[in-house]
Amino acid sequence: MSPEQAVLPAPAADDSRAAAGHALALLRLMLLIRRFEEKAAELYSAGKIRGFLHLYIGEEAVAAGVMQTLGPDDAVVATYREHGQALARGISPGAIMAEMFGRANGCSRGRGGSMHLFDASRRFYGGYAIVGGGLPIAVGLALADKLQGRERVTACFFGDGAVAEGEFHESLNLASLWKLPVLFLCENNLYAMGTALARHQAQPDIALKAGAYDIAAEAVDGMDVVGVEAAARRAGDLVRREGRPFLLELRTYRFRAHSMYDPDLYRTKEEVDSWKQRDPIPRFRARLEQQELLTGGALEEMERVIEGEIAAAVVYAESGALEPVDDLLKDVYSPAPA
Amino acid sequence: MRTTYRAATREALRAALRSDPRVFLMGEDVGRYGGSYAVSHGLLEEFGPERVRDTPLSESAFVGAGIGAALGGMRPIVEVMTVNFSLLALDQIVNNAATLRHMSGGQFSVPLVIRMATGAGRQLAAQHSHSLECWYAHIPGIRVVAPATVEDARGMLPAALALDDPVVIFEHASLYGLEGELADGAGPVPLVGAAVRRAGRHVTLISYGYSLHKALAAAEELLQGGIEAEVVDLRSLRPLDLETIVGSVRKTQRAVIVDEGWRTGSLAGEISASITEQAFYDLDAPVARVCTAEVPIPYAKQLEDAALPRVESIVAAARHLIGRG
Repeated sequence: MSPEQAVLPAPAADDSRAAAGHALALLRLMLLIRRFEEKAAELYSAGKIRGFLHLYIGEEAVAAGVMQTLGPDDAVVATYREHGQALARGISPGAIMAEMFGRANGCSRGRGGSMHLFDASRRFYGGYAIVGGGLPIAVGLALADKLQGRERVTACFFGDGAVAEGEFHESLNLASLWKLPVLFLCENNLYAMGTALARHQAQPDIALKAGAYDIAAEAVDGMDVVGVEAAARRAGDLVRREGRPFLLELRTYRFRAHSMYDPDLYRTKEEVDSWKQRDPIPRFRARLEQQELLTGGALEEMERVIEGEIAAAVVYAESGALEPVDDLLKDVYSPAPA
Repeated sequence: MRTTYRAATREALRAALRSDPRVFLMGEDVGRYGGSYAVSHGLLEEFGPERVRDTPLSESAFVGAGIGAALGGMRPIVEVMTVNFSLLALDQIVNNAATLRHMSGGQFSVPLVIRMATGAGRQLAAQHSHSLECWYAHIPGIRVVAPATVEDARGMLPAALALDDPVVIFEHASLYGLEGELADGAGPVPLVGAAVRRAGRHVTLISYGYSLHKALAAAEELLQGGIEAEVVDLRSLRPLDLETIVGSVRKTQRAVIVDEGWRTGSLAGEISASITEQAFYDLDAPVARVCTAEVPIPYAKQLEDAALPRVESIVAAARHLIGRG
């Protein structure tokens, strides 16, 4: 079955209303991520956001689809390109925007910025900006769950670039050897910054590498949110049921440059345009329209609400206090035990 | 009770594993092999493979997994075979363990203990003998300690486990056989704070780890010539207890720092700078340093001996400061 055919639950079923609601929520989430990122780019150009800014535009189906399959007790480990995962995990757009503004009401109190979003209440264990650095952390979170007898999944996002790091291989081996419930999620957007997959991997089939560590794997179209969700659910169920890792490769593409500094000289316009033909948002929207789940004016209403949410996020960020410089050294160490 | 540094470390591990179900030990050959320095001998049999975990030779992954397990509510003790091997895990220690609390705005902490052997003296040449404590002591966000006595070997581990911060414990490999008295029921000791191991009034010898014992031997020899040396054991390398160091130097007005690290960019340099900043006008002589020669540690015994701080060179440095050199 191709991902295109992996349709939503039939509208005639008893749960048709729930299915329709779920589909609209997926569309809404992808749109929220897209519009949030567009606003972030605008605010970066306006000088409100500094540092590095890595946009998720084009890859929204991955975070939106995967995150549907995780429960509140599961853990998420992400990369420096993690606004999409953070939003999909339920961190408020305001807290993320405020973090990028470097404000005290940001989700990392202005200490992390765009690349280091954290939220303990959502078990969002952060964006890691050393490629591959999050994988051993995910293995350890899963080890803690196993040792404490908790049936949880740790979802670990990383890019195709991370596959070249020793930590990818060490972590897959350790997770498999110790039978740890890690869902490894490789967001393969075909480029390690500016170096194409075929120029950095002798074997560019990433899912294939899992076999060397006796890990089950699957590669799916990361531009199809329904296919992503279905595959993540299958993979997550297996991880949960068997307490073993799984590698899911999500084949996707970023429409924007690597970061705001990147002149994007290493890809042709034709290549980028051809991937834009597969944009996950219009593609899913067309499907919902075809199935009559999205009807007259609903999309416009959705866009209007999202616009309001993002405007409110910007206001929240703008109005956030600056962390006092007197608190510079706070949280380097924990307070001494009583 | 007469015991060894090795047995005291093992007893600390055993007591921690017994008293706290969140504690587990992992590292290369800590289980079936019994520990490459036989520190964890017998612990696999007592606590089982879930809590005494042999790891693959994947320093980055198992140290990172220690960080993740700490985030997940455990109190992991990770053993890295030597400080030279720990360089393969430097990314996890420096970029993750040390930063997570601050970078997350205080939401997460990393209560992880990393133990590693350090130091030269056993003809293991240039990839098993280095003293890189200073590199770790440079990093805000981690604590670094170096137990030099059986009491500290027994007591620093539980003190480290009681904290929410990552702590790196350096065990000089030449200390494992050290014998000493340990009180019955000995437990945690304060993690921070230097100790005056020998009182004196003419010169302060400042050291840590195995070099402390060379400093103590030098003090004994100096006494033969009527020089009373005070010996300060740093114990904690980050944070440094400058109050004790400077207090002693103010009294003796002379300082020799003995450090098995290389002189350039050393902990000895940091301590010397601090003494100069805080006690310049109390000094009767420039601060002296006895460090390892600037060479990768060689294999041949006479070359290795010549590279390392020696009792004679400490004695000579102290005498020189007092004008009897």
